[in-house]
Amino acid sequence: MYKKSLSYPHLVWMVAFVIVPMFLIFLYAFTSNTTDGNISFTFDNFKKCIDPMYLKIYANSIWIAFLSVVFCLILGYPAAKILADKDRRRMAAGKKASGLMMLFVMPMWMNVMLRLYSWLTILQPNGVLNSFLGILNLPEIDIMYTRTAVVLGTVYDFIPFMIMPIYSVLIKIDDSLIEAAEDLGANKSRVFLKVILPLSLPGIVSGITMVFLPALTSFYISDFFSGGQFMLIGNLIEKNFKNPVGRNFGSSLSIILMGFAFLSMHIMKLFNKSNRQMDMF
Amino acid sequence: MKRIISIFVCLIFTLSIALTFGGCSSKTKLFVYNVGDYIHPDVIEMFEKEHPDIKVVYELFDSVEEMYMKVSNGTSPYDVVIPSDYMIEQMREEGMLNKINFENVPNYENIDSSMRNLDFDPTNEYAVPYMWGTIGILYNKTMVDDPVDSWDILWNEKYKGEIFMLNQERDMVSIALKKCGYSMNSDNDSELKEAEKILKEQNPLVKAYCGDEIKDNMINGNGALAIVWSGDAYFCIEQNPDLAFAIPKEGTNLWFDCMVIPTTSTHQAEAEMFIDFMSRPDIAKLNAEYIGYSTANASARDMLEDSVKNDKLRYPELDEEFMSKMEIFAYNKERNAKLTEIWTRVLNS
Repeated sequence: MYKKSLSYPHLVWMVAFVIVPMFLIFLYAFTSNTTDGNISFTFDNFKKCIDPMYLKIYANSIWIAFLSVVFCLILGYPAAKILADKDRRRMAAGKKASGLMMLFVMPMWMNVMLRLYSWLTILQPNGVLNSFLGILNLPEIDIMYTRTAVVLGTVYDFIPFMIMPIYSVLIKIDDSLIEAAEDLGANKSRVFLKVILPLSLPGIVSGITMVFLPALTSFYISDFFSGGQFMLIGNLIEKNFKNPVGRNFGSSLSIILMGFAFLSMHIMKLFNKSNRQMDMF
Repeated sequence: MKRIISIFVCLIFTLSIALTFGGCSSKTKLFVYNVGDYIHPDVIEMFEKEHPDIKVVYELFDSVEEMYMKVSNGTSPYDVVIPSDYMIEQMREEGMLNKINFENVPNYENIDSSMRNLDFDPTNEYAVPYMWGTIGILYNKTMVDDPVDSWDILWNEKYKGEIFMLNQERDMVSIALKKCGYSMNSDNDSELKEAEKILKEQNPLVKAYCGDEIKDNMINGNGALAIVWSGDAYFCIEQNPDLAFAIPKEGTNLWFDCMVIPTTSTHQAEAEMFIDFMSRPDIAKLNAEYIGYSTANASARDMLEDSVKNDKLRYPELDEEFMSKMEIFAYNKERNAKLTEIWTRVLNS
């Protein structure tokens, strides 16, 4: 039935764009930059990575990514729930799902720089937000180029990745399970806590992974919103790669970042597993 | 029906792609690589009209470092590249540049004589100057009441939270070095340490370290003082008349963007034709008017409006007194790595 030859293009793709680049990154990370073109093995790049200054940057990155995930979840879960409930009712009535989900995805069709620059117009000291606050006689706020702005930008950019997986899990929950819980006397909040929330956990877990990893690695959002006030690991890698002599150090930083990514995915997997075991009971 | 339409659409797409590529295969393709928004939009078309057998493939880069990476990879056959001084020096030293045959570039005679034999091309063999300028302080006259004539004002506590700096280690460390009275190209560790120290002291006063967003912020009145390249300064002043530009008395960086032919070029003669075309007074004038930077082309400068060509900030007298305070960035590989580390420490202080 399946033809092996069909997989060859994928194989070529994987070798060219995954295996070879990974090999190059490892090669750069463990070698030193010599002017005469000789390659010599070294751990110096990694020794440099544990300098306290860089440790602070990693901690900063993880903290910002964590905050973004928390806010994405707080804002995204109710949004996904409202959308899913609405669509479930529509579908129960034999109608098509509403197009509201598309509204969340639509901003992603626009160029990212365009979206970021419009935030500058909103957040700058005499921008849209402050003129609005001025009309209401409220005190002005100036959050552009602060940590708050970075978290705001990250949440804004990645929240669709939180809403989508949660929505797709919620919409598939069997109505009879909820009805059964209600028949057994559970009130609304109990139904939510004991039935809906546990069932939507896979969606939450994949939402967290889909927000945390890009938030950890992104560099343009923090660059733009922080005004370079502090660096995240992504900025550090970018800066070193743009400097022709920094490639080796940049590569070792990339490997460390990959380590963080693996670790967080592993933790998420554990969550998912324990959840499944709970389901069996 | 839907299927037929989609097949039809696909067919049209493939055909049009095939036709465009087929169409230019008979022409010589000239790959030009330049920074964004750094040429008059009609100039390429004018060149193609005069040379019907050449098709210009025009590509853009964000920073010269990005350009260097792509050209040094050697995967694209770039014929003409427009980088700045220190990068030209680096490429020349690494053997990435072809010598230009100046017999094919008669319009080179239009280039200002003071822009020849510069440090990055001392023998005048590799580069044809395109634009030049300085780096200085752009300030808002309604927000700054002290005279702006020195780098010191950027360290004045009074303007805390109203200062914008560039997120560029080379320029920032150089300015700090100049403020301390050292050479902008200093490689001396204790001098660099001093520069790092004063940059760290300045960090709490700075609103943001950014790139192009500085222009928006200054035009919208979000900042009192900012470091900008001269060309950007004129653009901002045009948009907001409250702004003014000053070149500090300690001196500053003098930069040149030049046209060079990298060794990846496969059409040396056509590349020289293009460089000659760009150096023609009427074309150089078009570019200078559109970009707003100071042109290196003396004949083109003479054709500009009086208010522009006599503007002392845009076209300062390049006499000895002025030149003695100016410094052109030099290429130094070891120093590059040091600067990146210093800058990381400054931003994280």
